[in-house]
Amino acid sequence: MPDTFVPDTLLDIRGLKTWFKTEDGMVRAVDGVDLHIDRGETVGVVGESGCGKTVTARSVLKLIDMPPGRFEAGQILWQGRDLIPLEQAEMNRIRAREIAIIFQEPMTSLNPVYTVGDQIAEVIALHQKLSPRQAMAGAAEMLRLVNIPNPQKRVHDYPHQFSGGMRQRVMIAMALSCQPKLLIADEPTTALDVTIQAQILELMQEMKEKFGMAIMLITHAMGVVAETCQRVTVMYAGKVVEEAPVEALFSDPRHPYTQGLIRSIPRIDRAVSRQARLESIQGTVPSLLNPPAGCRFAARCKYAMDICTQGIPPLKEVAPGHRVACVL
Amino acid sequence: MAGSTPASLSAEAPVQAPAVAAAQARKARSISPALETWRRFRRHVLAVTGAVVLLILVLAVLVGPYLWPVAINDIDFAAKLQGPSLAHPLGTDDLGQDLLARMMYGGRISLAVGFAAMLVALTVGVLVGSVAGMSSGWVDAFLMWLTDLFLALPTLPVLLLVMYLFRDSMKKVMGVEGGAFILIVVVIGALRWMPVARLVRAQFLSLREKEFVEAARALGASKVRQVVQHILPNALGPVIVVGTIDVAAAIIFESTLSFLGLGFPSDVPTWGSMLRDAKDYLDIAAHWALFPGAAIFLTVLAINFIGDGLRDAFDPRRVL
Amino acid sequence: MNAPPIVAPIVPGAPAEELLKVRDLRKRFAIKGGILSRTVDQVHAVDGVSFEIGKGETLGLVGESGCGKSTTGRCILRLIEPSSGEVWFQGNDVTKMDHGALQALRRDMQIIFQDPYASLNPRLKVGAIIGEALTIHKLAPTQKAMEDRVVQLLETVGLQPDHMHRFPHEFSGGQRQRIGIARALAVEPKLIVCDEPVSALDVSIQAQVINLLEDLQEQFGLTYLFIAHDLSVVEHISTRVAVMYLGRVVEIAPSRELYDNPLHPYTEALLSAVPIPDPTVKRKRIMLQGDVPNPIRPPSGCHFHTRCPIAKPDCAQRVPELRESKPGHWVSCHYRG
Ligand SMILES: Nc1ncnc2c1ncn2[C@@H]1O[C@H](COP(=O)(O)OP(=O)(O)OP(=O)(O)O)[C@@H](O)[C@H]1O
Ligand SMILES: Nc1ncnc2c1ncn2[C@@H]1O[C@H](COP(=O)(O)OP(=O)(O)O)[C@@H](O)[C@H]1O
Ligand code: SF4
Ligand code: SF4
Ligand SMILES: [Mg+2]
Ligand SMILES: [Mg+2]
Repeated sequence: MPDTFVPDTLLDIRGLKTWFKTEDGMVRAVDGVDLHIDRGETVGVVGESGCGKTVTARSVLKLIDMPPGRFEAGQILWQGRDLIPLEQAEMNRIRAREIAIIFQEPMTSLNPVYTVGDQIAEVIALHQKLSPRQAMAGAAEMLRLVNIPNPQKRVHDYPHQFSGGMRQRVMIAMALSCQPKLLIADEPTTALDVTIQAQILELMQEMKEKFGMAIMLITHAMGVVAETCQRVTVMYAGKVVEEAPVEALFSDPRHPYTQGLIRSIPRIDRAVSRQARLESIQGTVPSLLNPPAGCRFAARCKYAMDICTQGIPPLKEVAPGHRVACVL
Repeated sequence: MAGSTPASLSAEAPVQAPAVAAAQARKARSISPALETWRRFRRHVLAVTGAVVLLILVLAVLVGPYLWPVAINDIDFAAKLQGPSLAHPLGTDDLGQDLLARMMYGGRISLAVGFAAMLVALTVGVLVGSVAGMSSGWVDAFLMWLTDLFLALPTLPVLLLVMYLFRDSMKKVMGVEGGAFILIVVVIGALRWMPVARLVRAQFLSLREKEFVEAARALGASKVRQVVQHILPNALGPVIVVGTIDVAAAIIFESTLSFLGLGFPSDVPTWGSMLRDAKDYLDIAAHWALFPGAAIFLTVLAINFIGDGLRDAFDPRRVL
Repeated sequence: MNAPPIVAPIVPGAPAEELLKVRDLRKRFAIKGGILSRTVDQVHAVDGVSFEIGKGETLGLVGESGCGKSTTGRCILRLIEPSSGEVWFQGNDVTKMDHGALQALRRDMQIIFQDPYASLNPRLKVGAIIGEALTIHKLAPTQKAMEDRVVQLLETVGLQPDHMHRFPHEFSGGQRQRIGIARALAVEPKLIVCDEPVSALDVSIQAQVINLLEDLQEQFGLTYLFIAHDLSVVEHISTRVAVMYLGRVVEIAPSRELYDNPLHPYTEALLSAVPIPDPTVKRKRIMLQGDVPNPIRPPSGCHFHTRCPIAKPDCAQRVPELRESKPGHWVSCHYRG
């Protein structure tokens, strides 16, 4: 039994390209991304600002404005069915019931003119036939679930009456109220302090155990990834450069970019750090307007060779579940 | 590359010896800011078109009267309300006066009033707004109270009063037209500086908290330097736009004043007053209203485009 | 008022000479409201902060957002006027300086800001931005001397000479932060307040800027007050670290000592909340309940008592003072240290 066991794949993104047409030319924000998420697992997506994490996430829910955006190539298979050709109505059904998303800014993602309760109740009413009073009670129950004290009263408050951390809890409550199979969390803690970040990450973990959903956690903090994810996808300039189980990624990073990323963070759990210089990756991220031919990391890579700039290195499996896009 | 030296951190170009580098940097010498702005302005097609149109209008009203030396007051009832012809290229009005001559003469007054009034409004507005925005406490409170007071003043009664009180004394000192000009410019300026002041103050309040202004303070920059070098240049974009609207508004406002008999004497043509006189004959002599109307329209449009171009040319972040 | 503690040199064998001494610094911001914009309330942004920094040392200042780190930094430079307290710099009290003395001080103390996009004037070229200090303090007699110095500064921070003719928006975040550093270096300061200089940067760029700051410290013998909310970064760069909570310093200790033996319950919680980039490390996390209280009405007694896992009833009554529990390790808690 164990060796025939195939994990049940929820989401399978294949060769996705999402481009934006701008005045200056075509921005290749997402330029060939492969990523899959199995039922109940937490997958981290890491990479520098502007490398296409958010665009990938929004593409899954087709939340990209078209135009200027457009899907240039690829498939987004949700439980085996491609989402790209789907009708608006069908997509709305999936958004309401199967995939939920929470955004980076807890400040701007709630509507300031409705009470928090109204906003959660609206989501609940989307997929259950309930009276307004029952929906509001459901909203209070969700707030209690995400540890907001005094939920019966707080449902009647407006978003500005909540702190940043509490707003992110409200967002989580809202996302979970439709009991999704997949929760996409786009940098849910970047705008928060460490102690609040710890609370939110713990809450997400708790909720995951309770509802059994899968999580796609977008972040640029390697620490967060190490503590919460089972698998990690590393993106660089619109492409996936490495994909691995979390232990393998940290113990044996293969791509020079991943190596640099892991080594350039100061560590408080190691006594030596004060004396040692941080390793840094020189240079900056290339423009996505005219991305360099070949490996996009070549200009910053210390191992770069001639062949690196000739062809785009494909993702190759180097160990079970560990894939790297590098000629080395 | 662990342990790289600071100078090699930037990945873009090879490192050179300082002396050589300095020399090279100087060779790539930057042009002066004014020239740079002009270069950027030149790339703004609409703005350049606007500038050309405005230049033609200004030249026409300045030089035109010498090339077309027809008196503006020659009354000829035999030729009244005629359309354009060789004798009168723009036609004539109800007294048979030559419209081309009157247009050129009136344009001088209208354009001068427009620009002068804008300058007055901008100068007063920027001064009041900057002082209020840089000071806090009672100075700011007093200036804003003053601004609100001016905004709340009922326009027409005040106008009547000012004109009534000062017209004769101004006439004595400056002559009929000069006196009217100064009064009109001052009155229009006095009625239009308040929005500018509020805009500038609001910009100052947000800009003075910006980190780059704080950095200048930390370097020991004086208040004047902070304003001139850092705050004002960043506040001017919207002010320029308001200024261009002011020119147009002043040209039209002048015609209202003339209409009420508070502006220039009724025998002195301006674009505004010609438009007003023409309105009763629209059905039989449309050309009479058409030319001053078109002149005002062209001027306003041209100035608006120039304003846009200037705003963009002053803002290095805009890709031109 | 409690007598301010006099902190002896902390790192054994480190130079004892102290450059900056802050004593009981306070800053209250008035909150205006109502019809006549009267002062209706006050934010106690900085509520009695004392510390000192030795020459050539880096003091890290950490705490959650809104706890008063930036306000402390700006009060030291007198970019905002402190409400009370003393700031001694090389034997002079900065808070009592007149205009002339303050102008001279600007050559000794500088600041680097968090937001690389807001901290450079978008309308000036990089050369003018870096050269401004030279003009203000008349440090360059001729145009040529000015340009030479700007080029020299650009190279010191790892930029190219021809960058001086470009506008800030043509640079990336990390490069802009370098320009901000060059501007601060132009007056050859002794102390630089670094207000979260790497918080807005990507991880791979953060390391570049941290390395640069360390190199410059060595090269020019600089002293830093390094403000950050990222504890790993602070631990890496600092000799000593001060932890702030709601306007007060709750613990000061040499960097390694603080991380190995945190005494204050808040420091402990803060350290345990930092995610470790190593999936094999599993730690017991101390979860703090709730959010940071509102600084308009901070909790009585020990500000931390509403969230403290070991709080006792009298914590709400008595204000704990900062005392030396081990040589060089100061903590303000009734029950620890
Ligand atoms: N509507 C759009 N039009 C043009 N370009 C866009 C648009 N949206 C995103 N981009 C570009 O696509 C690229 C990827 O953006 P994305 O938001 O996915 O980055 P990210 O990895 O989420 O970064 P961050 O960590 O800053 O959130 C960027 O270069 C961005 O400028
Ligand atoms: N100009 C100001 N007016 C009113 N309150 C302010 C002002 N500046 C800061 N504060 C308040 O002072 C407190 C400390 O702010 P700050 O020093 O910026 O915190 P930190 O840098 O630690 O994040 C916060 O509660 C903040 O809201
Ligand atoms: S393909 Fe070449 S340039 Fe790209 S990461 Fe690998 S070695 Fe470096
Ligand atoms: S004094 Fe009391 S409340 Fe404050 S930290 Fe110590 S134990 Fe906690
Ligand atoms: Mg994003
Ligand atoms: Mg701050």
